[in-house]
Amino acid sequence: MTSLRHWAVALALGSAAALSHADTTLLNVSYDVMRDFYKDYNPAFSKYYEAKFKDKVIIQQSHGGSSKQARSVIDGLEADVVTMNMATDIDAIVEKGKQINAGWDKKFPNEAAPFSSLQVLIVRKGNPKGIKDWADLTKPGIQVVVPNPKTSGNGRYTFLAAWGAALKQNGGNEAKAREFTQALFANVPVLDAGGRAATTTFMQRQIGDVLVTFENEAEMIAREFGRGNFEVIYPSVSIDADLPVAVVDKVVDKKGSRKAATEYLSYLWSPEGQEIAAQNYLRPRNAAVAAKYAKQFPAIKLFGVADFGGLKAAQKKFFDDGAIYDQIAADIAKKK
Amino acid sequence: MKFKQHSVLPGFNLSLGYSMLYLSLIVLLPLAALISKSLGLSWAQFWATVSEPRVVATYQVTFGASLLAALINLFVGLLIAWVLVRYPFPGKRFIDALVDLPFALPTAVAGIALATLYAPNGLLGEPLEKLGIKIAFTPAGIVLALTFITLPFVVRTVQPVLEDMERELEEAASSLGATRWQIFSQVILPTIFPALLTGFTLAFARAIGEFGSVIFIAGNMPFKSEITPLMIISKLEQYDYLGATAIAVVMLLVSFALLLLINGLQWWMAKRLGRRK
Repeated sequence: MTSLRHWAVALALGSAAALSHADTTLLNVSYDVMRDFYKDYNPAFSKYYEAKFKDKVIIQQSHGGSSKQARSVIDGLEADVVTMNMATDIDAIVEKGKQINAGWDKKFPNEAAPFSSLQVLIVRKGNPKGIKDWADLTKPGIQVVVPNPKTSGNGRYTFLAAWGAALKQNGGNEAKAREFTQALFANVPVLDAGGRAATTTFMQRQIGDVLVTFENEAEMIAREFGRGNFEVIYPSVSIDADLPVAVVDKVVDKKGSRKAATEYLSYLWSPEGQEIAAQNYLRPRNAAVAAKYAKQFPAIKLFGVADFGGLKAAQKKFFDDGAIYDQIAADIAKKK
Repeated sequence: MKFKQHSVLPGFNLSLGYSMLYLSLIVLLPLAALISKSLGLSWAQFWATVSEPRVVATYQVTFGASLLAALINLFVGLLIAWVLVRYPFPGKRFIDALVDLPFALPTAVAGIALATLYAPNGLLGEPLEKLGIKIAFTPAGIVLALTFITLPFVVRTVQPVLEDMERELEEAASSLGATRWQIFSQVILPTIFPALLTGFTLAFARAIGEFGSVIFIAGNMPFKSEITPLMIISKLEQYDYLGATAIAVVMLLVSFALLLLINGLQWWMAKRLGRRK
């Protein structure tokens, strides 16, 4: 309803735009679990923008699976900005749709990722199986719920986290890492298509002993299912998941909304934006904000996707058809 | 065969033209676009994509589960249609309306409802689990979801034919000394067989393409409970548009071949029965 009204307003004002300047409308195409963050962030940004430029900005949101959202933009959805959970999704828009110019990750600090998350282990109340680290997930009889790495960025981060943790423990021995990851995925009883569905399987259907998911998703689970129903376990080492953003060049140049779109994303790095991120359990970049919320973000050892030569290389090595994940899946099926 | 047959009502050209235009726009155009997109692959690439072991395993799951679901509905659907037509009982209209519900319900809702019910902690899943039977997150869950989704097809195609059947035929057969089984197999079954086959075909075709309900209950384990539409989605997740269309084309061709086969069978049956009269 509101979005309909927004459209109507945008249309009505659009016709007057030739004469005077009108409100700017921005469409932010984002992924699923960012809903809660932008619900808080958008009003804050509108207020800031109006005060600074004496101009109103209306922000519309679209949410869905990260890659699915990127595909909509490639297929012509007129997003002003995209806010994704994997750089490969934005790279796909650069390559396939060409709506975003190459070098988008240099236009903002931190490789255009205003905040990050990491993979944590969520266990049942009281941690009955005594799970402490990645190695516990490979033990026989433990059931691990993970979203499908083929269809979900969340699942891909989990795979990389397990692989990377095993590499660190075995001094970089790839064969050992593969064995370890295979043992972990052999313990997966259900492969859901996305992160939210995996949460449902674990919390609602009560399947599995461990759920591996983003740290900020753990906070969503607490809000949805109550804090007493589960425990968050921080493994000894995890993967740093950068959550990148980009201005969609082709669309903003056509609409003339580049200034507002750039402001919108820049503001994510402002102390206010960073604070809202921290409140939503996204790890902030701003040192002062990070210090203020340090209690809710335990410091653990992290490695980045750079260790795999970047996400693009990781995608090719692990997740493309016939690559390591597929081979592992085939081996697991053969053994069963 | 004459192309144009004279009829009391005019408008053959116009109505045929309109039908063809409509079919072209709604059905043929998107299918043609699909096939033309898949031509972007060389034959070797196409074959490598569609014959990959993991994808082949999904054909078995999809077509096997669809066939099983359609077969289940062939019998259960006939039974329901029979009960609804032949016996008056309180609440009949209500039951009759219930049959259409799987059509109306969004399939994702159906999938989630079934998964909730049959999950190991679900209302039905828990007692079944104790008996050692697992439904949700196994291939059995796929068959269950497809059976639910395709239930109305057989019922709704057989029902009107049963309703129109003259009871005198059965009475005549009975008075001529036919046994109950003979009446059913020699009189009733041949009459409703074309409708039964149509219902079966529709149910089967619908089941092959089903995604929304299955995905929530299948468990989606590689080589075990992955359906072909999921392969298409996971190709799209990798921005592999061509690979996705290749698999879609295979589904399209196999489905079309199967439908053609069943329609041919029906035509052959009708001809054979017609001659016998």
